[in-house]
Amino acid sequence: MPKILNKTVQFFKSLLLLELLSGMWLTLKYFFKGASYGYTIRYPDEKTPKSNRFRGIHALRRYPNGEERCIACKLCEAVCPALAITIESEQRSDGTRRTTRYDIDLFKCIFCGFCEESCPVDSIVETDVHEYHFENRGENILTKAKLLAIGDRLETQIADARTLDAEFR
Amino acid sequence: MDILVNSAMWVWNTFFPYLQVVMLMISVTLCVAFLTYAERKVIGFMQVRQGPNQIGPLGLAQPFADVFKMVFKELHIPAKADKVLFILAPLLCLGPSLAAWSVVPFSAGGSGALSNINAGLLFLLAMTSLSVYGILIAGWASNSKYALLGSLRAAAQIVSYELAMGFALICVLIGSGSLNLTDIVESQRGNAGLFEWFWLPMLPMFVVYCISGVAETNRAPFDMAEGESEIVAGFHVEYSGSAFALFFLAEYANMILLSFLTAIMFLGGWLSPFPVSFGWLGSDSVIWLIVKALGFLFGYLWIRATFPRFRFDQIMRLGWKILIPITLVWIVVTALLFTFGWVERGA
Repeated sequence: MPKILNKTVQFFKSLLLLELLSGMWLTLKYFFKGASYGYTIRYPDEKTPKSNRFRGIHALRRYPNGEERCIACKLCEAVCPALAITIESEQRSDGTRRTTRYDIDLFKCIFCGFCEESCPVDSIVETDVHEYHFENRGENILTKAKLLAIGDRLETQIADARTLDAEFR
Repeated sequence: MDILVNSAMWVWNTFFPYLQVVMLMISVTLCVAFLTYAERKVIGFMQVRQGPNQIGPLGLAQPFADVFKMVFKELHIPAKADKVLFILAPLLCLGPSLAAWSVVPFSAGGSGALSNINAGLLFLLAMTSLSVYGILIAGWASNSKYALLGSLRAAAQIVSYELAMGFALICVLIGSGSLNLTDIVESQRGNAGLFEWFWLPMLPMFVVYCISGVAETNRAPFDMAEGESEIVAGFHVEYSGSAFALFFLAEYANMILLSFLTAIMFLGGWLSPFPVSFGWLGSDSVIWLIVKALGFLFGYLWIRATFPRFRFDQIMRLGWKILIPITLVWIVVTALLFTFGWVERGA
């Protein structure tokens, strides 16, 4: 008997669309909360804050006197798990060792940040820039000139991020 | 001079109906444009998104951007499609849904509708059923499996729900005693305002009509004919550009039409929900009709934002085994109510 009663109750519940109406009540509540809910970030106009450890596009830094930091120790090339870095080096006329070629293939790079960690002179770094694109074949290779240019352009941001993170290193 | 006036009168009398038709079509098309905007905005809000907000203030120019995009896109006809039918199908879909507007009355008196014909309701049923041919032909002419399946689904669904809808309208006929839409509205007039309308004595029919109206227009959760997750886009999968826009236009014109019809059949059309004693609040106005229709349009969007799509056998079960029995019972109940005078027919 209770089983039949139960079925009857269920029958009338579904006939009166009770569950459907409660679902519609829920969506109506959200409708009036609407856009004031504030989950949406209108991306190009608004941006979320980024960590100072954000790993974006790479850069090669210079010392304040303009001398490039990289000493071609090739630790980054060795540590790179994706084999994205290619370095060639030679002795300069003043006796120091410098790179003649420093290429990062951005298609291979997985942005793990190991190159930055391994660098003894803080030369190769990752900036917080993640909005970049290529328009032609071959532009995925960041050459030494491009890396240094990025470093020159973003030096303030790079230095600030390193200072903020210094006490945790 | 007389000849001049007479010929001017003749020109006016001949072309005024065309002018009316053009005005009605333009306003329906504009309504469709802003309905698509409203749909995206309403569903967006219900899903805690913002909806279109980039083009124009608050995204209000979005529908026009969409129209221009659609019109300038290539109209691609598949190599194996039946070209004549392929082009004809969207027109067959749109034609009836615009033609049906000719009998919709917007205000009291014979001039409230484009043509105040006595078999208005019959004409409407015929027109709303005709649009299924457009869908069927579109599916067949595309020569694509998905399109064919989609159009079969649409046909089966529309035929099934037409029955429940027709039965619900029979109750309205019993109540009003007329097929003329103006008379149907007038028969809901009374002293008690909204309690005189047909939704109260025919409450189950009202619900059935709303549900089968959503199914008739192939809208979510009954949009089996499109069913993106199963048959890509159903009957209009091969259509692009302006031909697709016509299907889109037809679907939304049907939605607006159905909303107006529900307001006319069950909610007293242009009658005020307040009794006449309320002064200007109690007077008839086309605004009441529009407000009621807008309420139903919001209902369409609301339902779409809330419910997941039915499975096809569930749709058939709901139509044949639940809605039709309910309507059959309530036809008898309504007949008894009106025969024994428990519910008084209005003016």
